[in-house]
Amino acid sequence: MTPNKSLPVVTDADAPPASPRDGVDPIGDGPLDPARRAFLRTAAAGTAVAALASCSSGVDMEDFLRKHFKELSPDELKKVLAKVEKRNQERFGKKTTVSAKGPQPGVEYGYGLDISRCVGCRRCVYACVKENNQSRTEPQIHWIQVLEMDKEHGVDLAHADLYYEADAVPRPGKFYFPVQCQQCRNPPCVKACPTQATWKEQDGIVVIDYDWCIGCRCCMSACPYGARHFNWATPNLPAEELNPDQHYLGNRPRPKGVVEKCTFCIQRVREGRYTACVEVCPVGARKFGNLLDPESEIRKVMETKRVFVFKEELATHPQFYYFYAT
Amino acid sequence: MSGILEFVKGCVRQVLSGGRAYKAWMAFLLVMIGVGVVSYTHQATAGLIASNMRDDVSWAFYIGNFTFLVGVAAAAVLLVIPAYVYQWKPIKEVVVLGELLAISALVMALLFILVDMGRPDRFLHIAPLLGTPNWPASMLTWDALVLNTYLGLNLVLVLYLLFKTYRGEHYDKRIFLPLVLLSIPVSISTHTVTAFLYNGMAARPYWNASILAPRFIASAFCSGPAVMIILFQLLRKAFKFDIKDEAIWKIAELMSYAMFLNLFLLGAELFKEYYSATEHLLYTQYLWGGIGEHTVLVKYAWLSLACSVIAFLLFLVPRTRKNFLTLNIGCVLIWAGVYIEKGMGLIIPGFTPSTLGQIYEYTPTRMEWGVAGGVFGIGFLTFTILVKIAVPILVGTFRAPERAHGHAPAAGYPVP
Ligand code: SF4
Ligand code: SF4
Repeated sequence: MTPNKSLPVVTDADAPPASPRDGVDPIGDGPLDPARRAFLRTAAAGTAVAALASCSSGVDMEDFLRKHFKELSPDELKKVLAKVEKRNQERFGKKTTVSAKGPQPGVEYGYGLDISRCVGCRRCVYACVKENNQSRTEPQIHWIQVLEMDKEHGVDLAHADLYYEADAVPRPGKFYFPVQCQQCRNPPCVKACPTQATWKEQDGIVVIDYDWCIGCRCCMSACPYGARHFNWATPNLPAEELNPDQHYLGNRPRPKGVVEKCTFCIQRVREGRYTACVEVCPVGARKFGNLLDPESEIRKVMETKRVFVFKEELATHPQFYYFYAT
Repeated sequence: MSGILEFVKGCVRQVLSGGRAYKAWMAFLLVMIGVGVVSYTHQATAGLIASNMRDDVSWAFYIGNFTFLVGVAAAAVLLVIPAYVYQWKPIKEVVVLGELLAISALVMALLFILVDMGRPDRFLHIAPLLGTPNWPASMLTWDALVLNTYLGLNLVLVLYLLFKTYRGEHYDKRIFLPLVLLSIPVSISTHTVTAFLYNGMAARPYWNASILAPRFIASAFCSGPAVMIILFQLLRKAFKFDIKDEAIWKIAELMSYAMFLNLFLLGAELFKEYYSATEHLLYTQYLWGGIGEHTVLVKYAWLSLACSVIAFLLFLVPRTRKNFLTLNIGCVLIWAGVYIEKGMGLIIPGFTPSTLGQIYEYTPTRMEWGVAGGVFGIGFLTFTILVKIAVPILVGTFRAPERAHGHAPAAGYPVP
């Protein structure tokens, strides 16, 4: 038995286009008495930190005392972002920009996936890995997982194969069913998280503050889509492949011991761009857009095709729709 | 104040003195803890990759042990109720030992959560005021709350009582009884909330059955007392501590009811799964029959069932229940049965197959065994120290100096 089945690693470089980020707007619902909390934490933490900080590498006092992302003032946020950039520089020897651009008013993202077109080539999987700075090997982390299913069984997980290896796809008698975070409107992961380290943003993206997550993995148990991935070890991310255009809640490099997930490429879509998987899909099976805009591609899909959501019976109400165009 | 200092000094003396068997036992525990520390250091450096947990099975051995130990702790009520609510004297004399066991079990349970965390240095993020607990939505926040409350309650109760007895004074009923009564619902809720932690997840059909919390309580009332019965016999040998046979038999009788309930609930669940045979059956099937060539758990499942059934029969028949040999065999069997059921049979099938239908077969690594051994070492050490202090107080050989030659109170609780 191999503890870690893994898929072939794709490492060819065709770096995604770079574009500098600007915005440093704090997001969320605004501070909740941050001063008092910070004071209490400083007082209580003093003794505990010395003992604990030594247990896991890379913990410093400043991180330990940091506030929850949503409680940071604009000034504090700026400092935190600068620190991440500095750390990137030290670790990868590369200049990076880390944005914290917030959700745009009047935008709610939706995703459409045309099952009749998807050929199971997994280009989206590797485009995502590259764009979002996922760990390449040991552990290999994929935010998008493509299931191969039998046409005769339909969408049936008991007969689905995630680790299919094929010389040529699509294979006869099979169809392909990509799964990633469905950005649920009623996200079980957010409910399960004991520390509010994960939450749903106004534009529908479910995010994680990697510096707040305690690594308890409640969210992984709660997610019906296997969309959350844990950093069992320090991510293996070659410096030359680091994507320097980063978002604090998205593709910045993650420490070990925390959970990460698909964020609809938050660093791209909040700048008005497509996600990496949409851009790379060779057959155009992936659609993306603003659900609140009647002219958007995703709304066209919803109005003209019959769409369905995955595991509808669980009432998670995904913002991710599957459909058959033909 | 000087009285307390005197008391603490006395306690240290109690713990440090002891015969060769005692010293050997302590040395053994220290070795276990040492192994645990080494293993944990390895885990902290490498990350949880050193375990066999992976995304598909993201909770495993540690959380299984945690669940089992919460059950052991909750079982103290099985003594508290007859002792305080029904004032049944033979049990009243030993109830404090049950509470000591609960304290040690809780210490271990909390440690298992800590070693399972990816970032234990951030544990304060879950604390009220200091962090941002997701309360009341998250079940883990509730769990942290009730477990710590129960631990605190037991500590206060036991320390207060022991200190009073040490001073040869009576405890104040007005403080003591409300706390005892409060500890009853809190103890039930520790195990209920732990069950809800799994139960509330619609993504895991295996756990998402409303029978889960009752099953937890039923199995806790089997495994916890099984540990106690054996401990009582050891203690009365070691300390000449007079624990009456009736107390042990009463506990055994209560256990036989719990075992019946436990087996009945299991049957009800198996019926529902196999008769309706929906896709949810897969998880149950993985445990009891395996799926294809994936059969790691099957032998454990049947072993656990065999242990439980044999133990039930031994406890059911009064002759075997009142014979210490068969009673002890029954205790070991029921303990093993529940340990396997909670450790392997509850957590792993919840994750196998995964939410996307993939099967990853989990077995703990040596490192996980090492860390778990260390946690058990700390728990046993806690219990040993507590008992080493408590029993001499209860039997009257450890007393405040000014009281030492006064009236010699009977063993157990001072009767008000
Ligand atoms: S798909 Fe999973 S990770 Fe994404 S919102 Fe839903 S429950 Fe959360
Ligand atoms: S692993 Fe992190 S994000 Fe997930 S529930 Fe725990 S603290 Fe929240």
